[in-house]
Amino acid sequence: MTAEIVLQIFRFGFLLLLWLFIFAAFRVVRADLFGGRVGRVAAVPPRAAAPGRRKQKGPKTLVVTAGPLAGTRITLGDQPILIGRADDSTLVLTDDFASSRHARLTNRGGQWYVEDLGSTNGTFLDQQRVQGPLLVANGQPIRIGQTALELRS
Amino acid sequence: MTGPSTDPRSAGAGSPAAPPPTRRGTEAVMLAFAVVITLAAQSVVDITLTGSLRPELATFGGWFTALWVVMHLVVRRFAPYADPLLLPAVALLSGLGLTMIHRLDLAGEQVGATATREDAPVQLVWATLGVVLFVAVLLVVRDHRLLSRFAYTLALVGLLLLALPAVLPASISSVNGAKIWIRLAGFSIQPGEFAKICLIIFFAAYLVDKRDVLALASRRVMGLELPRGRDLGPVVVAWMLSILVLVFERDLGSSLLLFGIFVVMLYVATERASWLVIGVGLFGAGALLAYQFFGHVQVRVDTWLDPFAYRDTGGYQMVQSLFGLGTGGLFGAGLGGGRPDEVPVAKSDFIAAAIGEELGLFGLVAVIVVYLVLVERGLRSSLIVRDAFGKLLAAGLSFAIAWQVFVVLGGVTGLLPLTGLTTPFVAYGGSSLVANFALLAILVRISDAARRPATPAVPPGTPPRATFVDAPTEVVKP
Repeated sequence: MTAEIVLQIFRFGFLLLLWLFIFAAFRVVRADLFGGRVGRVAAVPPRAAAPGRRKQKGPKTLVVTAGPLAGTRITLGDQPILIGRADDSTLVLTDDFASSRHARLTNRGGQWYVEDLGSTNGTFLDQQRVQGPLLVANGQPIRIGQTALELRS
Repeated sequence: MTGPSTDPRSAGAGSPAAPPPTRRGTEAVMLAFAVVITLAAQSVVDITLTGSLRPELATFGGWFTALWVVMHLVVRRFAPYADPLLLPAVALLSGLGLTMIHRLDLAGEQVGATATREDAPVQLVWATLGVVLFVAVLLVVRDHRLLSRFAYTLALVGLLLLALPAVLPASISSVNGAKIWIRLAGFSIQPGEFAKICLIIFFAAYLVDKRDVLALASRRVMGLELPRGRDLGPVVVAWMLSILVLVFERDLGSSLLLFGIFVVMLYVATERASWLVIGVGLFGAGALLAYQFFGHVQVRVDTWLDPFAYRDTGGYQMVQSLFGLGTGGLFGAGLGGGRPDEVPVAKSDFIAAAIGEELGLFGLVAVIVVYLVLVERGLRSSLIVRDAFGKLLAAGLSFAIAWQVFVVLGGVTGLLPLTGLTTPFVAYGGSSLVANFALLAILVRISDAARRPATPAVPPGTPPRATFVDAPTEVVKP
């Protein structure tokens, strides 16, 4: 009789244990969804806030010269500019040929560098495909899908 | 002119100043939980069936725990940002599998069959090999994007592995009619399990390359944007490959698995639902052809439609499995309380029926939910990883697990015809277990890349980093 009771305890106890595991797993999933912002953080570039920025003659605006967003003008600060389809990009493209995190413009000591973020269709600076970070001069066209951009002072 | 202030709290998409948690501690706790459940299950089985704990349990417990400690430490060292639930889910699944196999071993001994084999220790050795491969993959593949460089080589390897059993003589490659084995010197492996992974990697690299073309639409038919006729090539090739596997290896499972994976990856890559429709259409045509021309497919379908009419021949397994599930009911017979050994090949193909009999519907659903967690974590990694190849690869690998579980459980419960696929991580079978550990290693690698912050962690005390948000924009009409 006692053996029978023990077996019943085992039977239901084990099922309970299994489901406890699942609830623990769900708690972890939940913490992931609402707790940390894993993944988003990734967009933060290195050394964005370069200390002691100088006031100099570098480019002051980024202008979209072609594509659906033509005419848009972004005032440059010392924050990097993220370009892509992702909603949190500085310049949000609606272009099938753009990746969600497509390219980034970064200010390093007053000069702007363009960098491709592993996009599918590439970023082009003056017909040249951007592999590593490249220095962008004023008026030099940057092409992403159907969109063309350039820096102006 | 200067844009937003550098206070992250005022910024919409601001980043926390602290580095994101690696969550390795969570993983350790969940792993410990999984190991405890496994040991509890083993103890219950022993007490129910033999009345006492057997001495080997300590060895098993030590070994099994050591495996996961090693896995955890390797992940902690080499993939610190990996998802914290991938490993625990697999630990629980393989632990439950080992327990059921052990339980069936004991049942065999009780019945007193002459040549009983202890399969659980063998499976534990396979699991150890799996862990070795897991560590090797994690160490060699430091960045999953490396894999895309070898896409065509891997495709070749995959095809060779897939074709190997078909060309070998039946004496080494055929078991129970399916020509998917290589049996050498007491070992038998299923190269198809490894081919699966190679081909998924290839599919991912290939589709990332070609998806823009494959996503082009020609015309709309009933709300579906159909692809151009000339773009049907790849899917037809995958379809013919699956048919060849079916013809020459007589294996419904691998054939269905390969084609299903390709079609879904095509869909994920192109976001065109028409590919799913085309896939289902091709599948339907293939199924009809196979049913017309191949005896073994006919047997499978007939026993699926009415297993009880063939209960003494082809449907015996199916009938026993359904009886087992019926006996289990909602809460099961308790571990060691049922007779899952009544089902032929309960350790491999029908282990889900054994679990359903002894743990009942609640237990079987728990197992399915653990798979769900595993697949969900894989897909989540796919969503947040930043490169297209990683996205597609993670989605393909996760889907492969989901698809396999669906087809196997569908087969065991009578929803689908029996296929002979294995329940990943649970069923007895070395190749499947080892290959799935390699698959897990790739998933862990991708999830590490997905969750890893792009920059090294900021030392404390440095000012918060700047953010991308709201650089002032103005529209100037030209």
